[in-house]
Amino acid sequence: MTEREQMEFDVIIVGAGPSGLSAAIHLKQLAESSGLDISVCVLEKGSEVGAHILSGAILEPTALNELLPDWKELGAPLHTPVAEEKIMFLSEAGGLSLPGVFIPPAMRNHGNYIISLGNLCRWLGEQAEAAGVEVYAGFAAAEMIYDDDGAVAGVITGDMGVNADGTQSANFEPGIELRARYTLLAEGCRGHLGKEVKQRYDLEKDCEPQTYGIGIKELWEVEPDKHKPGLVVHTAGWPLDKGTYGGSFLYHLENNQVAVGFVVGLDYSNPYLSPYDEFQRFKTHPKIVETFKGGRRISYGARAINEGGLQSMPKMTFPGGVLIGCDAGTLNMPKIKGSHTAMKSGMLAAEAVFEEWAEPSRQNPEPASYAGLIKNSWLYKELYRARNVRPSFKWGLIIGTLYTALDQIVFRGNAPWTLSHGHVDHEKLIPADQSTLIQYPKPDGEVSFDKLSSVYLSNTNHAEDQPCHLQLRDPELPVQHNYQRYAGPEQWFCPAGVYEFVEDEKAEDGVRLQINFQNCVHCKTCDIKDPNQNINWVVPEGGNGPNYPNM
Amino acid sequence: MSVMVIAEHDNSSLKLATLSAVTAGLRISETVDVLVAGSDCGSVAEAASKIAGVKRVMHCDDPAYAHMLAENMAPLIVSMSEGFTHILAPATTAGKNIMPRVAADLDVAQISDIVDVVDADTFIRPIYAGNAMATVKSGDAVKVITVRGTAFDAADQTGGSGSIETVSAAETADSSAFIGQELSKSERPELTAAKVVISGGRGMGSGENFKLIDAVADKLGAAVGASRAAVDAGYVPSDYQVGQTGKIVAPDLYVAVGISGAIQHLAGMKDSKVIVAINKDPEAPIFQVADFGLVADLFEALPELEAKLT
Amino acid sequence: MKVLVAVKRVIDYNVNVRVKADGSGVETSNVKMAMNPFDEIAVEEAVRLKEAGVADEVVAVTVGSAASQETLRTALAMGADRGIHVVSDEELQPLAVAKVLKSICLEEMPDLVIVGKQAIDDDSNQTGQMLAAMMKWPQGTFASKVELNDSKAVVIREVDGGLETVGLSMPCVVTTDLRLNEPRYASLPNIMKAKKKPIEEKQASALGVDIAPRLTVVSVSEPPKREAGIVVEDVSQLVDKLKNVAKVI
Repeated sequence: MTEREQMEFDVIIVGAGPSGLSAAIHLKQLAESSGLDISVCVLEKGSEVGAHILSGAILEPTALNELLPDWKELGAPLHTPVAEEKIMFLSEAGGLSLPGVFIPPAMRNHGNYIISLGNLCRWLGEQAEAAGVEVYAGFAAAEMIYDDDGAVAGVITGDMGVNADGTQSANFEPGIELRARYTLLAEGCRGHLGKEVKQRYDLEKDCEPQTYGIGIKELWEVEPDKHKPGLVVHTAGWPLDKGTYGGSFLYHLENNQVAVGFVVGLDYSNPYLSPYDEFQRFKTHPKIVETFKGGRRISYGARAINEGGLQSMPKMTFPGGVLIGCDAGTLNMPKIKGSHTAMKSGMLAAEAVFEEWAEPSRQNPEPASYAGLIKNSWLYKELYRARNVRPSFKWGLIIGTLYTALDQIVFRGNAPWTLSHGHVDHEKLIPADQSTLIQYPKPDGEVSFDKLSSVYLSNTNHAEDQPCHLQLRDPELPVQHNYQRYAGPEQWFCPAGVYEFVEDEKAEDGVRLQINFQNCVHCKTCDIKDPNQNINWVVPEGGNGPNYPNM
Repeated sequence: MSVMVIAEHDNSSLKLATLSAVTAGLRISETVDVLVAGSDCGSVAEAASKIAGVKRVMHCDDPAYAHMLAENMAPLIVSMSEGFTHILAPATTAGKNIMPRVAADLDVAQISDIVDVVDADTFIRPIYAGNAMATVKSGDAVKVITVRGTAFDAADQTGGSGSIETVSAAETADSSAFIGQELSKSERPELTAAKVVISGGRGMGSGENFKLIDAVADKLGAAVGASRAAVDAGYVPSDYQVGQTGKIVAPDLYVAVGISGAIQHLAGMKDSKVIVAINKDPEAPIFQVADFGLVADLFEALPELEAKLT
Repeated sequence: MKVLVAVKRVIDYNVNVRVKADGSGVETSNVKMAMNPFDEIAVEEAVRLKEAGVADEVVAVTVGSAASQETLRTALAMGADRGIHVVSDEELQPLAVAKVLKSICLEEMPDLVIVGKQAIDDDSNQTGQMLAAMMKWPQGTFASKVELNDSKAVVIREVDGGLETVGLSMPCVVTTDLRLNEPRYASLPNIMKAKKKPIEEKQASALGVDIAPRLTVVSVSEPPKREAGIVVEDVSQLVDKLKNVAKVI
């Protein structure tokens, strides 16, 4: 066993995203208003706050107004109010805009801002530090600490300077034990510690399985005459087939920048489907391509998102801590927004934890009031109203759209029933021999690009000499099962070219799986979609991974 | 305009980088003067006087300059600087060592590693490891400049008839002393310093097959590199790796064999003067940056290449 | 013995820089910044000298905007004892930085100054040499090994084609090359401790040295893109082209 230094805090928060930083800031606010001092430590695996944050993003400022009402004076990076919005249904050659009156009220963006969530987090990080929170970027929470009673007692940060074979390099620096009365897991969608805690405390026993999507995003600098600050465009339809859930977003920010992205539900069934290539193809649509011609792509990244909504939300508390934000799955799918709900869930967690913490007789208890705080908040109300939209798309795009109109415009989300998702994403693939091979067009190098040129723009770096952070439970399965039966779906669903099946004379089947973990953009799709749940995503060395600017 | 070029040499012969610096100097002025400082370096002064465009060679022979210690060279250059508007040296480790001292003593900025001359005051130089090019203008009366050798053709070593003037040593310092040197004697040059690099990728198929690369490297006096895919596949050790996360190389000739040319690899070799790609896949991205592409099976092409090189 | 190291805040080496569309420079807003990698090596070398009992104190200096304090904290977390932050909102050029460092050296009187051989943003490779000249000290540039004995430094330098060893009287300036050492990770406890180490702030404009820029950046552009060349028919033609057209073999 490695000797580890220990440090104590009142609260440790894993992840400096919107939920984690909101929780941290709010804890400090609550302590200050009660004249108490609470020590709060935020760990962030990215090299800096914001380095691993990727989102559309349109921010609904509800939670921010509550957390820091004077955000304008404090210089929050909310520069571009939504000015105009369109929803389009695309066919291969054309597109139809949905008349404005048919846009459900919950999906309208009046009063919202087009932002870079990474930059908002950078700013929130500064606000947290100013409030006395200790924020440590470049340190990954690698393992949970459990006490003798089985409650969570903190986390251990990852060891630094471990060689690929597991031995210690000359610069080995052991991780340290950060102990706390409360640990808030705010890792975002499919956090690896959240996954462990959900299993250990069986937190998902009363909810439906979580469902996911993968979002891929690029940031462009477009020609000035094509730039309309505040314009928001969402599309559905082409290039996806009618059975696959997904669509695009196009947001015009400031400085001639346009964020463009594509989301594909991970319940797709064709193993040949490549979300990355669907996105590249989408940009070549005649209604879309003009925006990007003559422009310059400046950043790229991808991230899995929760789509399960209310039905899939686990019990959010456990002995010694709380799951917040997308670790719990608070994203509002019809709104395609999760930042305001993540922030709110963090603020409510701060209230629940603070209430318990201020009562010293209760040691490492479960912040039990959290469930009630959630239930009585606007967060719950909006997730409740949103709950039936995503599951209706299991019937396809057309019925899903018609149902959504009924559910959102007629019932206003208050239909007297709740639809079930009815699936687990990783079980949805059908074998390759029953699927159609999809021939994606070759990237044109102007608007569409190959994967590795894209990864290059994510500024991703992993120290070469370290153990692979994409662990295979059974090293034989990728070839024997995934490749033979499903034609190796990981080579298609990974948006960063991490997984490659390469010919190898020495391998038994003439092919082996090559894992280029250095390319990994930490999207977690492989952990979700692998048909056997054979891939376990764990954290690499702290500070490794993408370095997203303005994403 | 009046240009002085600092000659780099080993006391017996002129280093080629000097010729590129002369070319850069001739972009500023019709003729240049060359300072040859060393110990028993008469033959160098002689050679310098023959370079086309050299008007005058200032020859300073003194043991203090035998190893071009910056502490001695800088005062000498400063003492000779009167009347010169530009002082140029090759951007070699010697030039980079000496010239900032000269600039500091003259209280002027140095313009490092120029790759182009716009006018007598304005120069282009790479920044951010060549990922951006800056055009900079100097307001100083004397421009102290180092010149990137690969960016300027070598001046003609014949055709010049410069005069040779002996100049006397300037003040020398005893604060630094040359103790020794160890020039690389390995059979293969070091990857980042080699003039020719030949790299293999995953297309090599095995570590064993790298002997085909080695054979060509021997003929070319080249260093051997590899793509990350070849390193990951265990064909060669990681210190062979050329690319974004490996070594950055910029040789005169880079030969990529069985390398597809992912941008991460290109980032490590795109500044090479001439790029050759040998790959059986005509669609491989490496062909988009190669000056000379050969679509062929490497297992046939490499032995043939070895045989045809003399 | 006192060792002074100078550190610079630059765009992180993992970030691919992007030239601004208006050609005024490269994009730095919301881009990850970090200590210049060569300066990390300088700090590491100084801290190792202290750990070996050769140095008593390691002082880290940075010249730059308020945000540069972060870089100074990193140096302190790696093991430097105290920091000096010379504040300047304008980016200073190497000549000016050397003058600022000279004024710090005159005050601190270090026995050894270690700086990175160049910063990976402007790639100037000047500051250490300029400082040595201004102090009339000897210099050991591009060091891959430094040994100190009896007021003398023996420095192995990485030069074109091999290695060179020089002996320098002290005080002197050493500039670091990549192979000098492999810098340590700043551990979490050390980062926390570094928050309490002293940093002295000075205004660059108040040091009484001329820090005006001497070079004007007229424009910054992307490097020319490589164009695809020609496809040759066979090996013979390739050899012919390399010999007679490209003249590289």
